[in-house]
Amino acid sequence: MSVKFAALLAGACLIGSGASASPVVLRDALQREVTFASPPQRIVTLLPSLTETVCALGACDRLVATDRYSDWPPAVRALPKAGGIDDAQIELLVSLKPDLILISRSQRISGRLDALGLRCFALVTDSYADIARNVTRIGAMLALEERAARLNASIRDSVLEIGAQALAQRHGPGPTVYFEADGPPYAAGPASFIGELLERLGARNIVSADQGPFPALNPEYVVRHNPDVIFVSPAEATHLAERPGWGEIRAVREQRVCSFVPAIRDSIIRPGPRVAEGMRALGACLTRVSP
Amino acid sequence: MSTLRPALIGTGTGTATSAAASRRLGVWLVCCLGATLLFTAGGLLIGTSSIETSWQWLLAPDAQSSVVLWQIRLPRTVGAWFAGALLGLAGAIAQGVFRNPLAEPYLLGTASGAALGVTICLMLVDASIGGLAWFDKLGITGAACIGACAATLLTITLARGVLQTASLLLSGIVTAFLLSAVTSLLLLTKPEVWREMQTFLLGSTAFIGWSSATLLGAVFFLCVVPATLLSRGLDALSLGEETAQSLGLSLPWLRLTLLGVVALATSTSVGQVGIVGFVGLVAPHLVRETLSVNHRQLLIAAPLCGGALLQAADLISRSIIRPAELPVGAVTACVGGSYLVFLLWRRSRDG
Repeated sequence: MSVKFAALLAGACLIGSGASASPVVLRDALQREVTFASPPQRIVTLLPSLTETVCALGACDRLVATDRYSDWPPAVRALPKAGGIDDAQIELLVSLKPDLILISRSQRISGRLDALGLRCFALVTDSYADIARNVTRIGAMLALEERAARLNASIRDSVLEIGAQALAQRHGPGPTVYFEADGPPYAAGPASFIGELLERLGARNIVSADQGPFPALNPEYVVRHNPDVIFVSPAEATHLAERPGWGEIRAVREQRVCSFVPAIRDSIIRPGPRVAEGMRALGACLTRVSP
Repeated sequence: MSTLRPALIGTGTGTATSAAASRRLGVWLVCCLGATLLFTAGGLLIGTSSIETSWQWLLAPDAQSSVVLWQIRLPRTVGAWFAGALLGLAGAIAQGVFRNPLAEPYLLGTASGAALGVTICLMLVDASIGGLAWFDKLGITGAACIGACAATLLTITLARGVLQTASLLLSGIVTAFLLSAVTSLLLLTKPEVWREMQTFLLGSTAFIGWSSATLLGAVFFLCVVPATLLSRGLDALSLGEETAQSLGLSLPWLRLTLLGVVALATSTSVGQVGIVGFVGLVAPHLVRETLSVNHRQLLIAAPLCGGALLQAADLISRSIIRPAELPVGAVTACVGGSYLVFLLWRRSRDG
C-alpha cells in the first residue's frame, strides 16, 4: 500500500510542480481517492497535530475551524471549535462551507461528511514516520511542496541532532523507562512516536514493540520491570507511591519521575511539527533524573 | 424448586430436616472456603509472569518479586473477595427487604448512584482513582454512600413500592441509565480523566492495595454484624408485612437500617472497584438454589459465595489477555447477565 501511495504521491508532486492546472489525486488512510483540482482555501482540522501541521506550513490563514483541543499556535484559539474527536459538530461544519476537512483515521465521520458533499481526508498519526508523511501529504494538497520539504528537513535535522547529543552524553546502557500516556496504565510503547523518540534518546522502553503503540498494562507489569525513569502527568506524579507496590519501583523510590506542564506535554504527545521541541523536553528531563 | 425461588424462606424449625439442612449448609460453606483458598492461591500465581515463574518467586522471593506478590497480587485478590462479599451481602439483604428475588444493587440503580457520587467527589478534589491516600478513600466512600442512598430512594419512588418485580426492575434500570448519563455528562467536561474513569466504572480490581483491602474488610464486618442481628426481622418480613408487624417489629426502622447497610456495602465496593454487576444477584441465588436456608444462614453464605465469585472473575480478567487485562465488571456482566436471562426464561416457561 505504501509503495503504491509513494508512487501516487511522487506522480502528484511532479504534476503539482509542473503545471498547477492538473489535479492532485491522493489516497487517504481509509483507502479513498481524493482529488484536489486546486489547493483548498477553507480548511477544517479535527486533530491538534493536523492543525499544527497546517500552520507550520504557513497556511494558518486558510483554517476556518478546528477541533476543541487545538490551541497551538495561539492564532487558532480564536477560530470556531467544531467539537472533539468523537463528537464533531456536523452542522457547524456544513455551515462553514470548508473545501477540505482533515481528520484522523479513527474518526468515524468520513461517511457522514462524504454524504453531505464535504471533502475530507483521513490521516494516520501513530508513528514518528507518520509525522513527516503527513507534512508531505498536506503540503501536496495545499501546493506547498517546497515548504513541506523544508519543514521535514528541519524536523529531521533537529531530531537527529538531539538524539546524537543525548547518545554522546551517555555512558553505558540507557535507563529503562515507562511513559504513561493515560490512566489506568496505558503505556506509550516503542511502536508509538513517543516510544521512538525515547529510543532515539537512548532510553530502553519497558514495553516491547509487539504490545502495540499504546497498550493497556496490568499495573503489576510496571512494578516487575522496575523502570529507572517514569514519565507521567503532573496530577499523577505526586501519587505514584500510593499505587499498590509502586513505592518500591526504583524510579518512584529515587524520585526519578518526569512530568511536564500542559504546554510542553502537548508538544510531546501530539505527533506534529513540534516533535523536536517535545523530544528536547523529554531528553532534558531524562538527562536530569537518569541514574 | 422449579419456579424462580421467591424470597420467602422457611425458618427451618423441623428437627429432622434441620439437622440435614445444617449439614448441607456446612458442606456448602466448606466448599466456598475451599474455593476461596484455591482462588487466593491462583491470585498469587496468576499475573503478568508465567505460573512457573510465580511459583519460583514464592519459593525463593527476591525484593522485587515479593513486592509483586505481597503488595499487588495478595491485596488485590483479598480486596476482590471482600468486594464480592459486600455485593453478595447487599444482594441478599435487598432481596429480603424488598421481598423480590431480582433486587440487587446493580439492577436497583444503587451502584450507579454510588458511581455518580464517586465521580462528583473526584472532580471536586481534582484527583484520579489510581493514586488515592487513605483519607481520600474514606471520602470517596462517603460520597458514594450518599449517591447510593439517593439512587435507591429514587428507584423505590419511581416503582411506587417494592413488591412488583417488573416495575421495580424497570425503575431500577431507568434510574441506572439516568445516573450513568449524568456521570458521562460530567466526565465529558474533563476529557483528561474520561478514559480512566470509564475504565474504572466498568469495574476494575487493578488498583486494590492494602489500604483498599483493609477498608473493604472493615466495612464488610461493619455490615455483616447488624445484618445477621436483624435476620430474624427479614424472616418475619418474608411471611408478609402484617405478620411481621403482628410479631412486634417496627417495619420502617427495620427497612431503613437494612437499606442503610445495603447502601454502605454497595458504595464501599463501588468506591474501590467500580461498578461490578450481578454478583449481588447471582450469589444469593446460588445459595438458595442449592440450600434451604433462613436469612441468618443466607446472610453468611451469600457473602462467602460472592467473594469467591468475584475472585474468580478477577482471575479471568487478568489472565485472558495477558499482560493487559479486561475490566472485571465486563466479566461479571457476561456471566451474571446470562444467569439473569436464564432466570427470566425459566420463570416465563413455568408461568
